[in-house]
Amino acid sequence: MTQIAASKPVRRFDYTFSLVGMIALAVILFWAIVAIFAPHLVPYSPGKIVDTDYFGPISSKLWLGSDYLGRDMLSRIIMGARYTLGVALAGVLIASTSGVVLGMAAAVLGGWVDTILSRFMDAMLSIPSKLFGLVVVAAVGSSLPALILTLAFIYAPGSFRFARSLAVNVNTMDFIAVARIRGESTLYLVGAEILPNIIRPVLADFGIRFVFIVLLLSGLSFLGLGVQPPLADWGALVHENIQSLSYASAAVIAPSVAIASLTISVNLLIDNLPRAIRDRSA
Amino acid sequence: MTNLVEIRNLRVEATTDSGRRIEIIGGVDLDIAKGEIVALIGESGSGKTTIALTLMGYARPGCKITGGSVMVDGSDMAALSEGQRQRIRGTEVAYVPQSAAAAFNPSAKIMDQVIEVTRIHGLMPPAKARLRAIELFRALSLPDPDNIGDRYPHQVSGGQLQRLAAAMALIGDPKLMIFDEPTTALDVTTQIEVLKAFKSVMRAGGIAGVYVSHDLAVVAQIADRIVVLKDGAVQETGTTQDILSTPKHAYTQELLSAFEPKHFEFSGRNEASAAPLLRIENVSSGYGQIQADGLPLVCAVRSVGFDLQKGRNLGIIGESGCGKSTLARTIAGMLPASAGKVLFAGEQMPPAATNRSREQLRQMQIVFQSADTALNPAKPIEDIIGRPLTFYHGMSGKARSKRVDEILDMVRLPKSLRYRHPAELSGGQKQRVNFARALAADPKLIICDEITSALDTVVAAAIIELLKELQRELDLSYIFISHDLSVVKAICDEIVVMYRGEKVEQLTREGIKAPVHPYSKLLFSSVPELDPAWLDNLVLEPDLIRQYGGL
Repeated sequence: MTQIAASKPVRRFDYTFSLVGMIALAVILFWAIVAIFAPHLVPYSPGKIVDTDYFGPISSKLWLGSDYLGRDMLSRIIMGARYTLGVALAGVLIASTSGVVLGMAAAVLGGWVDTILSRFMDAMLSIPSKLFGLVVVAAVGSSLPALILTLAFIYAPGSFRFARSLAVNVNTMDFIAVARIRGESTLYLVGAEILPNIIRPVLADFGIRFVFIVLLLSGLSFLGLGVQPPLADWGALVHENIQSLSYASAAVIAPSVAIASLTISVNLLIDNLPRAIRDRSA
Repeated sequence: MTNLVEIRNLRVEATTDSGRRIEIIGGVDLDIAKGEIVALIGESGSGKTTIALTLMGYARPGCKITGGSVMVDGSDMAALSEGQRQRIRGTEVAYVPQSAAAAFNPSAKIMDQVIEVTRIHGLMPPAKARLRAIELFRALSLPDPDNIGDRYPHQVSGGQLQRLAAAMALIGDPKLMIFDEPTTALDVTTQIEVLKAFKSVMRAGGIAGVYVSHDLAVVAQIADRIVVLKDGAVQETGTTQDILSTPKHAYTQELLSAFEPKHFEFSGRNEASAAPLLRIENVSSGYGQIQADGLPLVCAVRSVGFDLQKGRNLGIIGESGCGKSTLARTIAGMLPASAGKVLFAGEQMPPAATNRSREQLRQMQIVFQSADTALNPAKPIEDIIGRPLTFYHGMSGKARSKRVDEILDMVRLPKSLRYRHPAELSGGQKQRVNFARALAADPKLIICDEITSALDTVVAAAIIELLKELQRELDLSYIFISHDLSVVKAICDEIVVMYRGEKVEQLTREGIKAPVHPYSKLLFSSVPELDPAWLDNLVLEPDLIRQYGGL
């Protein structure tokens, strides 16, 4: 055997994106930057009426026209990015983290813990998501924290199922048996033995779940159950300006395009993730 | 043309995962005369199956025949169109796969599958094909040849299914049969029956054959000539007798020497120690609900007991399903014993590993058969070996790093491997890491569960040597579980023979030559030897086979 220098090799960052993946990543980064720097980017205050006409046309002054009250549409979409991205991100973080942790724990512990968790999650999966949102809003009213928790609650069971099915496969491997008879704790089994082996598909699932949450949030806001006026996310913007469809105004098309561009980009990015991330096995 | 098969300058390329093209067969020449059986032998990855498959003009997905010719009875399989090849497959050239269980459709009757070839190629009417199949069943000495075809694949044993797969190949009256490790997955007592059946039908029909195997002793029984392969090239070709008696190539010699039992100093090791290191008393365990008598529904181990003295090794041998691995899991506490006691150094151990103390767990380590699943693919080697150091000995930082180096050195692996992941190691290296992790705990007893079964002969022999060396240095004891008698013989002071969950006999090294229990007799006499005449001269008592042959 040839003697190789016994130093830690530098692992090269060889994650290369395809062209579609690059474009998708660029669109996502664009919206992320817009959301972060929104207050500095808006040409007008999003709440201020700047046009004497409602559903005003695209002009050099108002790049995306005005909405049903004569407010600047561009400013409202820029600020809306904050709510759409922020609420969805917070929701997906809570949903995926809790789902994945519980899913792995259920797989490792097995027995009654697994049975109770699995049946509970199955029961949650059987509740229609929009109906559930409606009930929550009716019960506690619509606030941002309530909205985020509702979204997380709706999407956690899917994440649980996904992580559990992956973890169950890893759990039957001999290295888990070795760790068990070494006397390792459940926490170690979950965190150090199982998680590194399922992290890649879990991350891909995280992206898809984010898209679902953006769409559900937009749907809830469109129904008037989501972000409440005077604040508005993209779904709410579509809802507010729905009458303008007959005027061919940008007021309803622009937020719709924003939702589409974000969700499609996330999907395309996941489909075009570099091999190194996408492949399940190392 | 005198030869049935003439392979000239065959080249096969494969595409790797990263998209690179590599040559896996580089210019192989091979002749097979009519009625001759040629064995292709070599370690995994040597290209033996790839070459055998080119005889049907087939290359596995990702592989491609890129050069040379494969003449089979006058037609070049490498140059024919797919349609022309299909006409030849099953009629001129037939294939017997390694796993007959995977080759049969579980939802169709055996007879329909056996005569399928005649239907596809329109060789003969179904009624005639059925009669021909029954003839073949008889020739392959299958039980109840008239009716066995009416059964489904799960209703016959593994050895029978393998012979039925041969019947499936023979029905098209091929000139050439390809056997791809057909007995590797079988128990030794079953293997004999299958080999005998193969040999007699091939001889009777004058059919040429290619027998792919990694097991030299099996090949010696059936082949006229042996071709030794390594790294996609022919190393040596010769008649079976020549290869076995006067091997010329270094690799062939290595392969043969792996069969020679190395001299091992067994005497003078802690003969007189009073309390045994491990005492197993009437242990029973199994799977499923606990019944009224306190035993589980399926009892895999029934009242097994033995003693293991410090510094000595105990072999547990038996066929698949005899409960030997379950016994190992029971001793280790992965599967708590339903009855009986496990005493370690005089101290009774709780049945379940979860109730044992960290110190009790540390002293008894278990090494699993498959290093592929026993090593976490997401972790570098240093973490895998380092974890027991941290967990049992509280080591960290420099001390741990130094100890990992020492342990790698103990198992004869270069220190640079510590930064690699398991996927970047060879099978033998992985098994060494697997063993190194057990050593890191600094145990008194290591339970080795079939640790050499998945390895090539030469690599396995090196692992056994390593185990012996470490035993001398570290004062270890081993429990060595295997289905392979030669491996157990090479390292163990005592051998426990198990059959259907029970210990049938415990033998000392001297006693191996003369086992008393009829099952031990059958098992020991079924291990193939490197003598080509061994199978022909082998006389097994029919009563024994009927009782224990697993048929």
